[in-house]
Amino acid sequence: MSVTRLLAVASKEILQILRDSRSLIIVLIMPVILVLLFGYGVSLDLKHLPIYVYDRDGSQQSQDLLKRFQASDYFEIVHVANSYAELPRALDNGNAKMAVVIPWDFSNRLRDGRPVQVQALVDATDDNTANVLIGYAQAVVQGYASDVQVDWLRDRGQLAGVTPLRVQTRTWYNEDLESSAFIVPGVLALVMSVIGAFLTSLTIAREWERGTMEQLVSTPVTPLEIMFGKLVPYFVIGMLDVIVCALIAVLWFHVPFRGSFVTLLFSSAMFMVVVLSLGFFISVIAKNQLAASQVALLATFLPAFLLSGFLYAIEQMPVVLQGITRILPARYYVSVLKKIFLKGTPTALLYADLVPLAIFTLVLALLATRSFHKRLA
Amino acid sequence: MLARLKQMLIKEFIQVFRDKRTRFVLLGPPIIQMLVFGYAATFEIHHVPTAVLDLDHSQESRELISRFTSSPYFDVQHQPTDYRQVGDLIDRGDVTVALRINAGFAQNLRKGQSAPVQVIVDATNSNTALIASGYINQIALGFAKHYQQDRIQRISPQMISIMPSVELEQRPWYNPDLRSRWFFVPGIVGSLTLVLVVTLTAFAVVREREIGTLEQIMVTPIRPIEFILGKTLPFFLIGLFDVSLIATVGTLWFQVPFRGQITVLFMGAILFLLCMLGVGLLISTVSATQQQAMVTSFFFIMPAVTFSGFGFPINTMPQWLQYLTYLSPLRYFLVVLRGTYLKGVGLDILWPQMTAMLALGVGLLTVAILRFHKALD
Repeated sequence: MSVTRLLAVASKEILQILRDSRSLIIVLIMPVILVLLFGYGVSLDLKHLPIYVYDRDGSQQSQDLLKRFQASDYFEIVHVANSYAELPRALDNGNAKMAVVIPWDFSNRLRDGRPVQVQALVDATDDNTANVLIGYAQAVVQGYASDVQVDWLRDRGQLAGVTPLRVQTRTWYNEDLESSAFIVPGVLALVMSVIGAFLTSLTIAREWERGTMEQLVSTPVTPLEIMFGKLVPYFVIGMLDVIVCALIAVLWFHVPFRGSFVTLLFSSAMFMVVVLSLGFFISVIAKNQLAASQVALLATFLPAFLLSGFLYAIEQMPVVLQGITRILPARYYVSVLKKIFLKGTPTALLYADLVPLAIFTLVLALLATRSFHKRLA
Repeated sequence: MLARLKQMLIKEFIQVFRDKRTRFVLLGPPIIQMLVFGYAATFEIHHVPTAVLDLDHSQESRELISRFTSSPYFDVQHQPTDYRQVGDLIDRGDVTVALRINAGFAQNLRKGQSAPVQVIVDATNSNTALIASGYINQIALGFAKHYQQDRIQRISPQMISIMPSVELEQRPWYNPDLRSRWFFVPGIVGSLTLVLVVTLTAFAVVREREIGTLEQIMVTPIRPIEFILGKTLPFFLIGLFDVSLIATVGTLWFQVPFRGQITVLFMGAILFLLCMLGVGLLISTVSATQQQAMVTSFFFIMPAVTFSGFGFPINTMPQWLQYLTYLSPLRYFLVVLRGTYLKGVGLDILWPQMTAMLALGVGLLTVAILRFHKALD
């Protein structure tokens, strides 16, 4: 391999990137946009959810209970309904996520010491929102119920002044349960998939489609030099993007960074080689920009998005799918990212992720090299 | 005019279906993504790996632990004997939740004092942490209530029957078992159609420009409007086909109920496709090469999907972002999809969404056609 020729191919590639303003924009701006997009847009911190209330009792007690809903950060009473018929409609058209119905004999039953049920109609289209809503509503009602009981007992000379059990929850690694801290580190994997596989598969498929690849091959440049020359610029760009994204995560979104920066760079470099090899391999096989870009997205972006633990917990997937995630490099890289950012796991304890990642790196790099040789021969 | 349009349509269909890679793009990625999404995208939690550190060894502590053991949400896998092991288990990611019951737990309970239970939750995935905390609180409240009742029963058995109590009766509508799949599958119909139709439309025009065949077409007697129709109609039909395909696979494979009218769904799909064709054409007017078209599409697709409510509730976004979501046609189509699938609502509820898509579609197409004329001149 000659360094001069390799550099020549690389400088040609850099020229091409620089000349095409939009490619330049994508490699520079896209990472920033993706981080901002997910940092702001993807949040599961539910607050101020619109609810309707229908108080059929209209007593002091029922108002007390409703005030507790009002006082909670999680609910916002947007409408006080006058008839039951308003409630299904509000859920149907999405004006309310939940409707609380207080029965007409609420205060009577409380006075007589009979159990009362308060109804919560929940729009469960979005199961996650519904789940969280029900949890918060339960907490409000239970709080009210236990206060009523404590008062009642006290009136009858019983102590039991406190709720007997107190749960002290400590959330580790992401103390404030910030969605951005959980999501933003994983965005690095998405960015690299886009730069590495999507963009390279396009640029290389373009050479095939236009016939300039044959021209390149007819020069004294060897296949290996072509491959490295084409990929090195994207490797450098990808690594720069990693640093930019990490900086935005830490400085803008205040995501903690507790691990080693060197390990971050090292593992990112491995993942970069993985996606570059995949992108190259796909473009050699597809030789058509539309197909190459679609397959590249399918092979890198989709797994990085769905099957890496970036958003959806792998342990909660069906067992077969969990098995599939084991052969996806993105899974190991995202795991390393989360551990470095949030957990601060020492590098020595990351071997369970780093070793598979290294194996993938080697195998895919070899595969890409061989496929290119073959196609040219 | 019809004769010329017919010729143009024949040519387009031949071009789309001739290439086996393009044929694959029409069928492969949508179905693969549908399946992966349907299985992987879940915010439900089951069998969360849990560790329990019981330093009290009392009947009460065992009773509390058994409530965790019998819960479908938690899976008590480890019973460490000292606190340091708990830290290790969470650090290594072996367990997500750890429960610590201190010595003196039962004693406090018996004295009617507050007995703390410490819970540590790995919040690397803030959503799992949030939902798990909710379930933990429910279990703890259930235990507390039971214990309280037992105690009063012992003090004065007749009291328990007249003590007031309030309970929340939760009724999750539309999705009673709170299944993530029911939420995601209808959404996938929209997001996949968006990706497919926008990229195909943008590519179809740009490819002719890049290869140089656009000039050839322009010297034929064909008029611009016929050219535009010829370029969009095939993708409109392909879009409708893909909507039907993805919707059918989703309904049959994932058993998601369809409760509304098919006609309403298709009306929404047609309006949505108008918007997507407009976007695709617009992208083609600002792109000279396929790579540019692909990159620009990506820039549109990412925010359009993220800010549509597809995976993340719009309520949780910052206010300024919530206003931006009104610009995403997918936002409206998702309401139509989930409305027809899960809620079974009709046009009386969905007309605002239909109107919005019609307005966006007409606006986008008008701008696209005007710009297109210019680009051809």
